[in-house]
Amino acid sequence: MSHVTTLIAPQAPPPAPPRAFTAGRFFGNVFLGVWLALSIGIFMMVVNGWDPEKFSRYGPSYLSGLGVTLLLVGLSVVLGGVLSLPLAFARMSKNPVFSWFAYAYVYFFRGTPLLTQLFLVYYGLGSFSSELKALGLWWFFRDAWNCALLTFTLNTAAYQAEILRGAIESVPRGQHEGAAALGLPARVAFFKVILPQALIVALRPYGNEIILMIKGSAIVAIVTVFDLMGETRRAFSRTFDYQAYLWAALLYLLIVELLRNLWAWLEARLTRHLKR
Amino acid sequence: MSGLFAAIAEAASAFLGIIDPLCGPVGIFSLFAKNTLLACGDTGWGDEIALGFLVTASLALATLPVGLVAGFFIALAKQSEERSLRLSANIYTTLFRGLPELLTLFIIYYGLQILVQNLMSAVGYPGAVEINAFFAGMIALGVVFSAYCSEVLLSAFKAIPRGQYEAGYALGLHHGRTMRLIVLPQLIRIALPGLGNLWMVLLKDTALVSVIGLPDILRQTGVAARVTKQAFEFYAIACLLFLVLAFLSSLVFSGIEGWTKRSEAAR
Repeated sequence: MSHVTTLIAPQAPPPAPPRAFTAGRFFGNVFLGVWLALSIGIFMMVVNGWDPEKFSRYGPSYLSGLGVTLLLVGLSVVLGGVLSLPLAFARMSKNPVFSWFAYAYVYFFRGTPLLTQLFLVYYGLGSFSSELKALGLWWFFRDAWNCALLTFTLNTAAYQAEILRGAIESVPRGQHEGAAALGLPARVAFFKVILPQALIVALRPYGNEIILMIKGSAIVAIVTVFDLMGETRRAFSRTFDYQAYLWAALLYLLIVELLRNLWAWLEARLTRHLKR
Repeated sequence: MSGLFAAIAEAASAFLGIIDPLCGPVGIFSLFAKNTLLACGDTGWGDEIALGFLVTASLALATLPVGLVAGFFIALAKQSEERSLRLSANIYTTLFRGLPELLTLFIIYYGLQILVQNLMSAVGYPGAVEINAFFAGMIALGVVFSAYCSEVLLSAFKAIPRGQYEAGYALGLHHGRTMRLIVLPQLIRIALPGLGNLWMVLLKDTALVSVIGLPDILRQTGVAARVTKQAFEFYAIACLLFLVLAFLSSLVFSGIEGWTKRSEAAR
Protein backbone atom coordinates (compact mmCIF):
# COMPACT_ATOMS: atom_id res chain seq x y z
CA MET A 1 0.00 0.00 0.00
CA SER A 2 1.35 3.28 -1.00
CA HIS A 3 0.49 6.63 0.34
CA VAL A 4 1.51 10.15 -0.35
CA THR A 5 4.01 11.44 2.07
CA THR A 6 4.68 14.87 0.66
CA LEU A 7 2.01 17.14 -0.76
CA ILE A 8 2.74 19.56 -3.50
CA ALA A 9 2.91 22.95 -1.90
CA PRO A 10 0.02 25.27 -2.83
CA GLN A 11 1.06 27.78 -5.43
CA ALA A 12 -0.40 30.65 -7.37
CA PRO A 13 -1.96 29.85 -10.75
CA PRO A 14 0.20 30.60 -13.75
CA PRO A 15 -0.09 34.23 -14.85
CA ALA A 16 -2.76 34.92 -17.47
CA PRO A 17 -1.23 35.36 -20.90
CA PRO A 18 -1.12 39.01 -21.94
CA ARG A 19 -4.17 40.06 -23.95
CA ALA A 20 -3.23 39.89 -27.59
CA PHE A 21 -3.26 43.21 -29.40
CA THR A 22 -5.68 42.20 -32.13
CA ALA A 23 -6.93 44.24 -35.06
CA GLY A 24 -10.27 44.54 -33.32
CA ARG A 25 -8.67 46.08 -30.28
CA PHE A 26 -6.68 48.46 -32.43
CA PHE A 27 -9.73 49.67 -34.35
CA GLY A 28 -11.79 49.84 -31.17
CA ASN A 29 -9.23 52.14 -29.60
CA VAL A 30 -8.97 54.22 -32.75
CA PHE A 31 -12.73 54.71 -33.03
CA LEU A 32 -13.10 55.42 -29.34
CA GLY A 33 -10.32 57.96 -29.74
CA VAL A 34 -12.19 59.56 -32.63
CA TRP A 35 -15.37 59.84 -30.55
CA LEU A 36 -13.39 61.27 -27.68
CA ALA A 37 -11.67 63.81 -29.92
CA LEU A 38 -15.00 64.79 -31.48
CA SER A 39 -16.71 65.23 -28.12
CA ILE A 40 -13.79 67.25 -26.79
CA GLY A 41 -13.83 69.35 -29.95
CA ILE A 42 -17.55 70.00 -29.63
CA PHE A 43 -17.20 70.74 -25.92
CA MET A 44 -14.40 73.21 -26.59
CA MET A 45 -16.47 74.77 -29.35
CA VAL A 46 -19.36 75.28 -26.94
CA VAL A 47 -17.08 76.61 -24.18
CA ASN A 48 -15.16 78.96 -26.48
CA GLY A 49 -18.25 80.23 -28.22
CA TRP A 50 -20.28 80.57 -25.03
CA ASP A 51 -22.30 83.72 -25.11
CA PRO A 52 -24.77 84.32 -22.26
CA GLU A 53 -26.59 86.90 -24.31
CA LYS A 54 -27.26 84.43 -27.11
CA PHE A 55 -28.25 81.80 -24.59
CA SER A 56 -30.76 84.06 -22.89
CA ARG A 57 -32.16 85.18 -26.24
CA TYR A 58 -32.45 81.83 -28.00
CA GLY A 59 -32.83 79.47 -25.03
CA PRO A 60 -36.52 80.22 -24.45
CA SER A 61 -37.27 80.02 -28.16
CA TYR A 62 -35.70 76.56 -28.26
CA LEU A 63 -38.00 75.49 -25.45
CA SER A 64 -41.06 76.92 -27.18
CA GLY A 65 -39.94 75.13 -30.37
CA LEU A 66 -39.68 71.91 -28.40
CA GLY A 67 -43.23 72.50 -27.17
CA VAL A 68 -44.47 73.00 -30.74
CA THR A 69 -42.76 69.79 -31.86
CA LEU A 70 -44.22 67.75 -29.01
CA LEU A 71 -47.70 69.22 -29.45
CA LEU A 72 -47.66 68.59 -33.19
CA VAL A 73 -46.46 65.02 -32.83
CA GLY A 74 -48.76 64.24 -29.91
CA LEU A 75 -51.87 65.59 -31.62
CA SER A 76 -51.12 63.96 -34.95
CA VAL A 77 -50.33 60.58 -33.39
CA VAL A 78 -53.60 60.60 -31.42
CA LEU A 79 -55.72 61.82 -34.35
CA GLY A 80 -53.92 59.42 -36.68
CA GLY A 81 -54.63 56.59 -34.23
CA VAL A 82 -58.34 57.42 -34.34
CA LEU A 83 -58.27 57.53 -38.13
CA SER A 84 -56.25 54.33 -38.41
CA LEU A 85 -58.96 52.17 -36.84
CA PRO A 86 -61.47 52.44 -39.73
CA LEU A 87 -58.59 52.26 -42.19
CA ALA A 88 -57.31 49.01 -40.73
CA PHE A 89 -60.81 47.56 -40.87
CA ALA A 90 -61.26 48.72 -44.44
CA ARG A 91 -57.95 47.07 -45.29
CA MET A 92 -59.10 43.79 -43.74
CA SER A 93 -62.63 44.00 -45.09
CA LYS A 94 -63.90 41.51 -47.66
CA ASN A 95 -65.50 44.31 -49.67
CA PRO A 96 -63.04 44.95 -52.52
CA VAL A 97 -63.94 48.65 -52.76
CA PHE A 98 -63.02 49.30 -49.14
CA SER A 99 -59.92 47.14 -49.13
CA TRP A 100 -58.64 48.66 -52.38
CA PHE A 101 -59.25 52.18 -51.15
CA ALA A 102 -57.38 51.46 -47.91
CA TYR A 103 -54.59 49.74 -49.82
CA ALA A 104 -54.17 52.71 -52.18
CA TYR A 105 -54.24 55.14 -49.26
CA VAL A 106 -51.60 53.22 -47.36
CA TYR A 107 -49.45 52.72 -50.46
CA PHE A 108 -49.55 56.42 -51.29
CA PHE A 109 -48.67 57.64 -47.82
CA ARG A 110 -45.99 55.03 -47.23
CA GLY A 111 -44.50 55.27 -50.68
CA THR A 112 -43.93 59.02 -50.91
CA PRO A 113 -41.74 61.24 -48.73
CA LEU A 114 -43.43 63.11 -45.91
CA LEU A 115 -41.87 66.31 -47.22
CA THR A 116 -43.57 65.89 -50.60
CA GLN A 117 -46.91 65.24 -48.91
CA LEU A 118 -46.45 68.36 -46.82
CA PHE A 119 -45.68 70.44 -49.91
CA LEU A 120 -48.67 68.93 -51.68
CA VAL A 121 -50.97 70.00 -48.87
CA TYR A 122 -49.43 73.35 -48.02
CA TYR A 123 -48.40 74.74 -51.41
CA GLY A 124 -50.57 72.48 -53.58
CA LEU A 125 -53.88 73.06 -51.82
CA GLY A 126 -52.80 76.65 -51.24
CA SER A 127 -53.00 77.22 -54.99
CA PHE A 128 -56.75 76.53 -54.80
CA SER A 129 -57.22 79.43 -52.41
CA SER A 130 -60.27 80.89 -54.18
CA GLU A 131 -62.11 77.55 -54.14
CA LEU A 132 -61.16 76.99 -50.53
CA LYS A 133 -62.36 80.49 -49.64
CA ALA A 134 -65.68 79.72 -51.30
CA LEU A 135 -65.94 76.57 -49.20
CA GLY A 136 -65.01 78.47 -46.05
CA LEU A 137 -61.97 76.29 -45.40
CA TRP A 138 -59.30 78.82 -46.24
CA TRP A 139 -58.66 79.80 -42.61
CA PHE A 140 -57.52 76.21 -42.03
CA PHE A 141 -55.21 75.80 -45.02
CA ARG A 142 -53.75 79.28 -44.73
CA ASP A 143 -51.82 78.34 -41.63
CA ALA A 144 -48.74 76.18 -42.09
CA TRP A 145 -49.25 74.63 -38.65
CA ASN A 146 -52.70 73.30 -39.60
CA CYS A 147 -51.35 71.93 -42.87
CA ALA A 148 -48.54 70.18 -41.04
CA LEU A 149 -50.99 68.72 -38.55
CA LEU A 150 -53.26 67.47 -41.35
CA THR A 151 -50.37 65.95 -43.30
CA PHE A 152 -48.86 64.26 -40.28
CA THR A 153 -52.23 62.90 -39.18
CA LEU A 154 -52.94 61.42 -42.60
CA ASN A 155 -49.39 60.05 -42.85
CA THR A 156 -49.25 58.43 -39.44
CA ALA A 157 -52.77 57.06 -39.91
CA ALA A 158 -51.46 55.04 -42.86
CA TYR A 159 -48.54 53.65 -40.86
CA GLN A 160 -50.65 52.98 -37.76
CA ALA A 161 -53.30 51.24 -39.85
CA GLU A 162 -50.63 48.82 -41.07
CA ILE A 163 -49.35 48.28 -37.53
CA LEU A 164 -52.88 47.66 -36.26
CA ARG A 165 -53.75 45.32 -39.12
CA GLY A 166 -50.60 43.29 -38.60
CA ALA A 167 -51.26 43.07 -34.88
CA ILE A 168 -54.92 42.09 -35.24
CA GLU A 169 -54.05 39.45 -37.81
CA SER A 170 -51.37 38.07 -35.51
CA VAL A 171 -53.98 37.07 -32.91
CA PRO A 172 -54.59 33.36 -33.42
CA ARG A 173 -57.90 32.17 -34.89
CA GLY A 174 -58.56 30.15 -31.78
CA GLN A 175 -59.12 33.36 -29.82
CA HIS A 176 -61.97 34.37 -32.16
CA GLU A 177 -63.41 30.88 -31.96
CA GLY A 178 -63.09 30.77 -28.20
CA ALA A 179 -64.91 34.08 -27.85
CA ALA A 180 -67.62 32.89 -30.24
CA ALA A 181 -67.96 29.62 -28.30
CA LEU A 182 -68.52 31.60 -25.11
CA GLY A 183 -71.36 33.40 -26.86
CA LEU A 184 -69.74 36.82 -26.80
CA PRO A 185 -71.13 39.29 -29.33
CA ALA A 186 -68.66 40.27 -32.03
CA ARG A 187 -68.17 43.77 -30.65
CA VAL A 188 -67.42 42.60 -27.12
CA ALA A 189 -65.17 39.84 -28.43
CA PHE A 190 -63.19 42.38 -30.43
CA PHE A 191 -62.75 44.95 -27.68
CA LYS A 192 -62.27 42.56 -24.75
CA VAL A 193 -60.47 39.62 -26.33
CA ILE A 194 -58.82 40.48 -29.63
CA LEU A 195 -57.76 44.11 -29.24
CA PRO A 196 -55.91 43.76 -25.90
CA GLN A 197 -53.79 40.94 -27.30
CA ALA A 198 -53.22 42.79 -30.54
CA LEU A 199 -52.14 45.97 -28.76
CA ILE A 200 -49.39 44.13 -26.91
CA VAL A 201 -48.00 42.98 -30.25
CA ALA A 202 -48.41 46.51 -31.60
CA LEU A 203 -46.74 48.21 -28.64
CA ARG A 204 -43.20 48.19 -29.99
CA PRO A 205 -44.10 49.27 -33.55
CA TYR A 206 -46.19 52.09 -32.06
CA GLY A 207 -43.17 53.28 -30.10
CA ASN A 208 -41.06 53.20 -33.24
CA GLU A 209 -43.74 55.12 -35.11
CA ILE A 210 -43.84 57.88 -32.47
CA ILE A 211 -40.04 58.18 -32.58
CA LEU A 212 -40.15 58.31 -36.38
CA MET A 213 -42.79 61.03 -36.19
CA ILE A 214 -40.70 63.10 -33.77
CA LYS A 215 -37.74 62.82 -36.10
CA GLY A 216 -39.87 63.39 -39.18
CA SER A 217 -41.51 66.45 -37.68
CA ALA A 218 -38.26 68.37 -38.16
CA ILE A 219 -39.28 68.98 -41.78
CA VAL A 220 -42.08 71.37 -40.83
CA ALA A 221 -39.31 73.92 -40.37
CA ILE A 222 -39.16 74.10 -44.18
CA VAL A 223 -42.75 75.36 -44.40
CA THR A 224 -42.14 78.08 -41.79
CA VAL A 225 -43.50 76.35 -38.69
CA PHE A 226 -41.24 77.29 -35.81
CA ASP A 227 -40.81 73.95 -34.13
CA LEU A 228 -37.49 72.93 -32.57
CA MET A 229 -35.84 72.65 -35.97
CA GLY A 230 -37.42 75.91 -37.14
CA GLU A 231 -36.13 77.79 -34.13
CA THR A 232 -32.72 76.22 -34.72
CA ARG A 233 -32.66 77.36 -38.31
CA ARG A 234 -33.74 80.84 -37.27
CA ALA A 235 -31.02 81.02 -34.63
CA PHE A 236 -28.43 79.75 -37.11
CA SER A 237 -29.44 82.19 -39.82
CA ARG A 238 -29.09 85.09 -37.37
CA THR A 239 -25.87 84.10 -35.62
CA PHE A 240 -24.10 81.78 -38.09
CA ASP A 241 -23.10 79.87 -34.99
CA TYR A 242 -22.72 76.15 -35.56
CA GLN A 243 -23.64 75.55 -31.92
CA ALA A 244 -27.27 76.19 -32.81
CA TYR A 245 -27.44 72.78 -34.48
CA LEU A 246 -25.57 71.05 -31.66
CA TRP A 247 -28.11 72.20 -29.05
CA ALA A 248 -30.97 71.02 -31.24
CA ALA A 249 -29.23 67.67 -31.70
CA LEU A 250 -28.88 67.36 -27.93
CA LEU A 251 -32.57 68.08 -27.37
CA TYR A 252 -33.73 65.66 -30.08
CA LEU A 253 -31.45 62.93 -28.76
CA LEU A 254 -32.77 63.52 -25.26
CA ILE A 255 -36.42 63.15 -26.28
CA VAL A 256 -35.79 60.09 -28.42
CA GLU A 257 -33.74 58.33 -25.77
CA LEU A 258 -36.27 59.18 -23.05
CA LEU A 259 -39.06 57.82 -25.19
CA ARG A 260 -37.11 54.69 -26.06
CA ASN A 261 -36.41 53.92 -22.42
CA LEU A 262 -39.99 54.71 -21.45
CA TRP A 263 -41.18 52.29 -24.09
CA ALA A 264 -38.80 49.56 -22.95
CA TRP A 265 -40.11 49.98 -19.41
CA LEU A 266 -43.72 50.02 -20.60
CA GLU A 267 -43.21 46.83 -22.59
CA ALA A 268 -41.54 45.05 -19.71
CA ARG A 269 -44.37 46.15 -17.44
CA LEU A 270 -47.25 45.25 -19.75
CA THR A 271 -45.91 41.86 -20.76
CA ARG A 272 -44.93 40.67 -17.30
CA HIS A 273 -47.74 38.11 -17.32
CA LEU A 274 -46.23 36.52 -20.42
CA LYS A 275 -42.86 35.88 -18.72
CA ARG A 276 -42.06 32.30 -17.94
CA MET B 1 -6.46 62.54 -70.16
CA SER B 2 -9.14 65.17 -69.60
CA GLY B 3 -10.22 64.70 -73.20
CA LEU B 4 -10.77 61.01 -72.51
CA PHE B 5 -12.88 61.78 -69.45
CA ALA B 6 -14.91 64.33 -71.41
CA ALA B 7 -15.51 61.74 -74.13
CA ILE B 8 -16.59 59.16 -71.54
CA ALA B 9 -18.91 61.66 -69.87
CA GLU B 10 -20.39 62.61 -73.23
CA ALA B 11 -20.95 59.00 -74.18
CA ALA B 12 -22.55 58.32 -70.81
CA SER B 13 -24.89 61.28 -71.13
CA ALA B 14 -25.79 60.29 -74.68
CA PHE B 15 -26.56 56.77 -73.50
CA LEU B 16 -28.65 58.09 -70.62
CA GLY B 17 -30.45 60.36 -73.09
CA ILE B 18 -31.49 57.34 -75.12
CA ILE B 19 -32.72 55.21 -72.23
CA ASP B 20 -34.18 58.16 -70.30
CA PRO B 21 -37.65 56.93 -69.30
CA LEU B 22 -39.12 60.43 -69.08
CA CYS B 23 -37.57 62.54 -71.82
CA GLY B 24 -35.80 60.06 -74.10
CA PRO B 25 -37.03 59.15 -77.60
CA VAL B 26 -39.53 56.75 -76.03
CA GLY B 27 -39.97 58.71 -72.80
CA ILE B 28 -43.34 59.25 -71.17
CA PHE B 29 -43.17 63.04 -71.27
CA SER B 30 -41.96 63.25 -74.85
CA LEU B 31 -44.67 60.87 -76.06
CA PHE B 32 -47.72 61.94 -74.09
CA ALA B 33 -47.02 65.49 -72.92
CA LYS B 34 -45.90 67.21 -76.11
CA ASN B 35 -47.64 70.54 -75.87
CA THR B 36 -48.22 70.78 -72.16
CA LEU B 37 -46.24 72.16 -69.25
CA LEU B 38 -44.43 68.83 -69.04
CA ALA B 39 -42.98 68.97 -72.55
CA CYS B 40 -39.28 68.31 -72.87
CA GLY B 41 -37.04 71.16 -73.98
CA ASP B 42 -37.42 74.89 -73.53
CA THR B 43 -41.20 75.00 -73.65
CA GLY B 44 -41.93 72.76 -70.69
CA TRP B 45 -40.61 71.37 -67.45
CA GLY B 46 -40.25 67.77 -68.59
CA ASP B 47 -36.48 67.77 -68.97
CA GLU B 48 -35.91 69.55 -65.66
CA ILE B 49 -38.07 67.00 -63.86
CA ALA B 50 -36.33 64.18 -65.70
CA LEU B 51 -33.00 65.52 -64.41
CA GLY B 52 -34.44 65.57 -60.89
CA PHE B 53 -35.57 61.97 -61.29
CA LEU B 54 -32.07 61.01 -62.37
CA VAL B 55 -30.47 62.87 -59.45
CA THR B 56 -32.78 61.27 -56.88
CA ALA B 57 -32.25 57.79 -58.27
CA SER B 58 -28.49 58.19 -58.55
CA LEU B 59 -28.20 59.66 -55.05
CA ALA B 60 -30.06 56.71 -53.57
CA LEU B 61 -28.05 54.23 -55.65
CA ALA B 62 -24.76 55.89 -54.72
CA THR B 63 -25.65 55.91 -51.02
CA LEU B 64 -26.68 52.26 -50.90
CA PRO B 65 -23.23 50.58 -51.22
CA VAL B 66 -21.65 53.07 -48.80
CA GLY B 67 -24.36 52.46 -46.21
CA LEU B 68 -24.39 48.70 -46.70
CA VAL B 69 -20.63 48.28 -46.31
CA ALA B 70 -20.45 50.64 -43.33
CA GLY B 71 -23.47 48.95 -41.76
CA PHE B 72 -21.90 45.52 -42.21
CA PHE B 73 -18.73 46.53 -40.43
CA ILE B 74 -20.67 48.27 -37.66
CA ALA B 75 -22.70 45.11 -37.16
CA LEU B 76 -19.44 43.15 -36.93
CA ALA B 77 -18.11 45.66 -34.42
CA LYS B 78 -21.26 45.36 -32.33
CA GLN B 79 -20.82 41.64 -31.84
CA SER B 80 -17.07 41.84 -31.37
CA GLU B 81 -15.47 40.57 -28.18
CA GLU B 82 -13.59 43.83 -27.86
CA ARG B 83 -15.35 46.20 -25.48
CA SER B 84 -14.05 49.45 -26.96
CA LEU B 85 -15.19 48.40 -30.42
CA ARG B 86 -18.68 47.52 -29.17
CA LEU B 87 -18.94 50.77 -27.26
CA SER B 88 -17.93 52.97 -30.17
CA ALA B 89 -20.33 51.16 -32.52
CA ASN B 90 -23.16 51.59 -30.03
CA ILE B 91 -22.44 55.30 -29.69
CA TYR B 92 -22.63 55.60 -33.45
CA THR B 93 -26.01 53.90 -33.81
CA THR B 94 -27.56 55.63 -30.80
CA LEU B 95 -26.48 58.98 -32.18
CA PHE B 96 -27.60 58.60 -35.75
CA ARG B 97 -30.79 56.72 -35.04
CA GLY B 98 -31.82 59.37 -32.55
CA LEU B 99 -31.20 62.46 -34.64
CA PRO B 100 -33.72 63.65 -37.24
CA GLU B 101 -32.43 63.02 -40.75
CA LEU B 102 -32.82 66.68 -41.63
CA LEU B 103 -30.70 67.72 -38.66
CA THR B 104 -28.06 65.12 -39.52
CA LEU B 105 -27.97 66.52 -43.02
CA PHE B 106 -27.47 70.08 -41.78
CA ILE B 107 -24.88 69.05 -39.20
CA ILE B 108 -22.87 67.14 -41.77
CA TYR B 109 -23.29 69.75 -44.51
CA TYR B 110 -22.22 72.71 -42.39
CA GLY B 111 -19.90 70.68 -40.14
CA LEU B 112 -17.96 69.27 -43.09
CA GLN B 113 -17.71 72.76 -44.49
CA ILE B 114 -16.24 74.11 -41.25
CA LEU B 115 -13.94 71.12 -40.89
CA VAL B 116 -12.57 71.32 -44.42
CA GLN B 117 -12.26 75.09 -44.16
CA ASN B 118 -10.18 74.77 -40.99
CA LEU B 119 -8.03 72.04 -42.48
CA MET B 120 -7.44 74.06 -45.63
CA SER B 121 -6.54 77.21 -43.74
CA ALA B 122 -4.17 75.16 -41.58
CA VAL B 123 -2.49 73.98 -44.77
CA GLY B 124 -2.40 77.53 -46.06
CA TYR B 125 -5.30 77.77 -48.49
CA PRO B 126 -7.25 80.90 -47.61
CA GLY B 127 -10.22 80.71 -50.00
CA ALA B 128 -13.76 79.69 -49.13
CA VAL B 129 -14.62 76.02 -49.40
CA GLU B 130 -17.96 74.80 -50.69
CA ILE B 131 -18.92 71.21 -50.08
CA ASN B 132 -20.73 69.53 -52.93
CA ALA B 133 -24.41 69.05 -51.98
CA PHE B 134 -24.51 65.61 -53.61
CA PHE B 135 -21.49 64.50 -51.59
CA ALA B 136 -22.84 65.90 -48.32
CA GLY B 137 -26.20 64.28 -48.98
CA MET B 138 -24.54 60.98 -49.76
CA ILE B 139 -22.54 61.08 -46.53
CA ALA B 140 -25.51 62.10 -44.37
CA LEU B 141 -27.92 59.58 -45.85
CA GLY B 142 -25.22 56.91 -45.81
CA VAL B 143 -24.53 57.51 -42.13
CA VAL B 144 -28.21 57.23 -41.22
CA PHE B 145 -28.66 54.20 -43.47
CA SER B 146 -25.63 52.43 -42.01
CA ALA B 147 -26.86 52.99 -38.45
CA TYR B 148 -30.20 51.31 -39.20
CA CYS B 149 -28.56 48.73 -41.46
CA SER B 150 -26.25 47.59 -38.69
CA GLU B 151 -29.25 46.80 -36.50
CA VAL B 152 -30.90 44.76 -39.24
CA LEU B 153 -27.68 42.87 -39.98
CA LEU B 154 -26.99 42.33 -36.28
CA SER B 155 -30.34 40.60 -35.77
CA ALA B 156 -29.69 38.56 -38.93
CA PHE B 157 -26.27 37.55 -37.56
CA LYS B 158 -27.96 36.40 -34.36
CA ALA B 159 -30.32 34.23 -36.38
CA ILE B 160 -27.41 32.21 -37.81
CA PRO B 161 -26.53 29.35 -35.47
CA ARG B 162 -22.98 29.00 -34.14
CA GLY B 163 -22.78 25.58 -35.71
CA GLN B 164 -22.54 27.17 -39.13
CA TYR B 165 -19.30 28.91 -38.17
CA GLU B 166 -18.01 25.79 -36.45
CA ALA B 167 -18.76 23.69 -39.50
CA GLY B 168 -16.83 26.17 -41.61
CA TYR B 169 -13.82 26.00 -39.31
CA ALA B 170 -14.09 22.20 -39.19
CA LEU B 171 -13.82 22.18 -42.97
CA GLY B 172 -10.58 24.08 -42.63
CA LEU B 173 -11.88 27.42 -43.92
CA HIS B 174 -10.35 30.41 -42.23
CA HIS B 175 -12.41 33.23 -40.80
CA GLY B 176 -12.78 35.35 -43.93
CA ARG B 177 -13.78 32.44 -46.13
CA THR B 178 -16.25 31.12 -43.57
CA MET B 179 -17.83 34.55 -43.54
CA ARG B 180 -17.91 34.88 -47.31
CA LEU B 181 -18.92 31.37 -48.31
CA ILE B 182 -21.11 30.22 -45.45
CA VAL B 183 -22.42 33.09 -43.37
CA LEU B 184 -22.95 35.88 -45.92
CA PRO B 185 -25.32 33.97 -48.25
CA GLN B 186 -27.54 33.10 -45.32
CA LEU B 187 -27.21 36.59 -43.88
CA ILE B 188 -28.47 38.18 -47.10
CA ARG B 189 -31.45 35.87 -47.20
CA ILE B 190 -32.42 36.64 -43.61
CA ALA B 191 -31.74 40.36 -43.75
CA LEU B 192 -33.31 41.06 -47.14
CA PRO B 193 -36.82 42.07 -45.98
CA GLY B 194 -35.34 44.49 -43.45
CA LEU B 195 -32.91 45.88 -45.98
CA GLY B 196 -35.78 46.33 -48.44
CA ASN B 197 -37.61 48.48 -45.90
CA LEU B 198 -34.45 50.50 -45.30
CA TRP B 199 -34.05 51.05 -49.02
CA MET B 200 -37.59 52.46 -49.20
CA VAL B 201 -36.79 54.75 -46.27
CA LEU B 202 -33.58 55.85 -48.01
CA LEU B 203 -35.48 56.58 -51.21
CA LYS B 204 -37.89 58.79 -49.30
CA ASP B 205 -35.13 60.49 -47.33
CA THR B 206 -33.44 61.64 -50.52
CA ALA B 207 -36.22 64.25 -50.77
CA LEU B 208 -34.60 66.05 -47.83
CA VAL B 209 -31.50 66.79 -49.88
CA SER B 210 -33.53 69.29 -51.91
CA VAL B 211 -33.28 71.55 -48.85
CA ILE B 212 -29.53 72.01 -49.28
CA GLY B 213 -29.97 72.80 -52.94
CA LEU B 214 -29.48 69.54 -54.81
CA PRO B 215 -31.73 69.52 -57.93
CA ASP B 216 -33.65 66.36 -57.08
CA ILE B 217 -37.28 65.55 -57.95
CA LEU B 218 -38.74 67.69 -55.20
CA ARG B 219 -36.58 70.74 -55.89
CA GLN B 220 -37.18 70.65 -59.63
CA THR B 221 -40.94 70.26 -59.26
CA GLY B 222 -40.87 72.96 -56.58
CA VAL B 223 -39.18 75.39 -58.97
CA ALA B 224 -41.70 74.51 -61.66
CA ALA B 225 -44.55 74.97 -59.19
CA ARG B 226 -43.32 78.40 -58.17
CA VAL B 227 -42.85 79.61 -61.74
CA THR B 228 -46.08 78.23 -63.21
CA LYS B 229 -48.22 78.75 -60.08
CA GLN B 230 -49.61 75.24 -60.52
CA ALA B 231 -48.28 73.83 -57.31
CA PHE B 232 -50.75 71.01 -56.85
CA GLU B 233 -50.12 69.46 -60.26
CA PHE B 234 -46.36 69.57 -59.95
CA TYR B 235 -46.20 68.25 -56.40
CA ALA B 236 -48.62 65.51 -57.41
CA ILE B 237 -46.15 64.61 -60.16
CA ALA B 238 -43.37 64.52 -57.57
CA CYS B 239 -45.44 62.11 -55.45
CA LEU B 240 -46.16 60.01 -58.51
CA LEU B 241 -42.47 59.80 -59.43
CA PHE B 242 -41.59 58.66 -55.91
CA LEU B 243 -44.36 56.06 -56.12
CA VAL B 244 -42.90 54.86 -59.40
CA LEU B 245 -39.48 54.52 -57.77
CA ALA B 246 -41.01 52.63 -54.84
CA PHE B 247 -42.90 50.33 -57.20
CA LEU B 248 -39.82 49.62 -59.31
CA SER B 249 -37.74 48.84 -56.25
CA SER B 250 -40.39 46.50 -54.87
CA LEU B 251 -40.20 44.62 -58.19
CA VAL B 252 -36.41 44.44 -57.97
CA PHE B 253 -36.56 43.28 -54.37
CA SER B 254 -39.01 40.50 -55.05
CA GLY B 255 -36.66 39.40 -57.84
CA ILE B 256 -33.68 39.37 -55.49
CA GLU B 257 -35.69 37.55 -52.86
CA GLY B 258 -36.53 34.81 -55.33
CA TRP B 259 -32.87 34.62 -56.27
CA THR B 260 -31.67 34.25 -52.67
CA LYS B 261 -34.24 31.55 -52.00
CA ARG B 262 -33.25 29.45 -55.00
CA SER B 263 -31.20 27.14 -52.79
CA GLU B 264 -34.04 26.51 -50.37
CA ALA B 265 -36.02 23.31 -50.65
CA ALA B 266 -39.16 23.66 -52.74
CA ARG B 267 -42.33 23.48 -50.72
